Amino acid sequence: MFNQEQLNAIDTIIKSHLIDSGVENVIYIDLAGNSITQHDNGNSTLDYMAFAALAAGNFAAVDAMAKLIGESEFSLLFHKGEKSSIHFSKVTEDTILITMFPKTISLGIVRLKVAKVVTEINEICSA
Amino acid sequence: MALVNVKTKEVKVKIVYYGPGRGGKTTNLEYINNTYRNQIKSEMVSLKTQDDRTLFFDFLPFDIGRIKGFKVIIQLYTVPGQVKYNATRRLVLKGVDGIVFVADIQKFQRKRNIESLNQLYENLKTHNLDLFELPLVMQYNKVDLANKGEDVIPTKILQQDLNSVLRVPAFEASALGGGNVMKTLKKIISMTLASIQDQLF
Repeated sequence: MFNQEQLNAIDTIIKSHLIDSGVENVIYIDLAGNSITQHDNGNSTLDYMAFAALAAGNFAAVDAMAKLIGESEFSLLFHKGEKSSIHFSKVTEDTILITMFPKTISLGIVRLKVAKVVTEINEICSA
Repeated sequence: MALVNVKTKEVKVKIVYYGPGRGGKTTNLEYINNTYRNQIKSEMVSLKTQDDRTLFFDFLPFDIGRIKGFKVIIQLYTVPGQVKYNATRRLVLKGVDGIVFVADIQKFQRKRNIESLNQLYENLKTHNLDLFELPLVMQYNKVDLANKGEDVIPTKILQQDLNSVLRVPAFEASALGGGNVMKTLKKIISMTLASIQDQLF
């Protein structure tokens, strides 16, 4: 569970690294399907609660598949769409960061920015 | 475990409807969704197979107002009931706060009810959860079939089969017509909120 200071810091990190880089939506969820925090570029009508439940299910299913083939986990998932794509990354043992971005932003940039966010959130959690 | 967000002042509670296949878990959620459509802001999400069976889960979130300044959001889930989907059932149980066990009172389902309840116990153990400690409500569904002359299991036998050790609240229900659907829901919500209040306040 995060305290208010941690939540404020996480919000700042997500805004500065991802939303300010042109990403459309960012949702930070736990593996039970609860949204911890969500941010968008102001043009989103996404149903965050439904999205969080589906994303957690998706991630959990892929995680279970990984175990079946002897992998400890697939820590990164990526779905490519025509206009938007979705990038999933495990942050801590119990949480996932989901980033939705338009085709004008490359996957490489997103991966780089998400990696920074993951590192910084982990620093906050262990502080 | 319920997610408490101290910044947004929200509490998210996960309640899972569990039970054997074709027992009426999805029908419970559909009744709640249809009856309270105007008050529920989100759409119900259903991941179904082509023949209308639950493949992964159904999901229905709604808020029930504020308790001590916290907005309480109830998130209802179902599991797929078919025997082959046990790995999926286990995934849906992650982070569960309360359970409604939907038993099918048709006579030929007697063994499946017991097997499903035993499997629930085992599945919870994989998440380090104990069925005896979690808020749980029994729902004996399809009582309407008794009036139609169908062969059903008497409630006394269901209580012996499923609830003689657990001794949790139980309701006879008819999810299709809505009979006792809301009573079941209210009971599990109140039990779950009581169990997580230490986390909250």
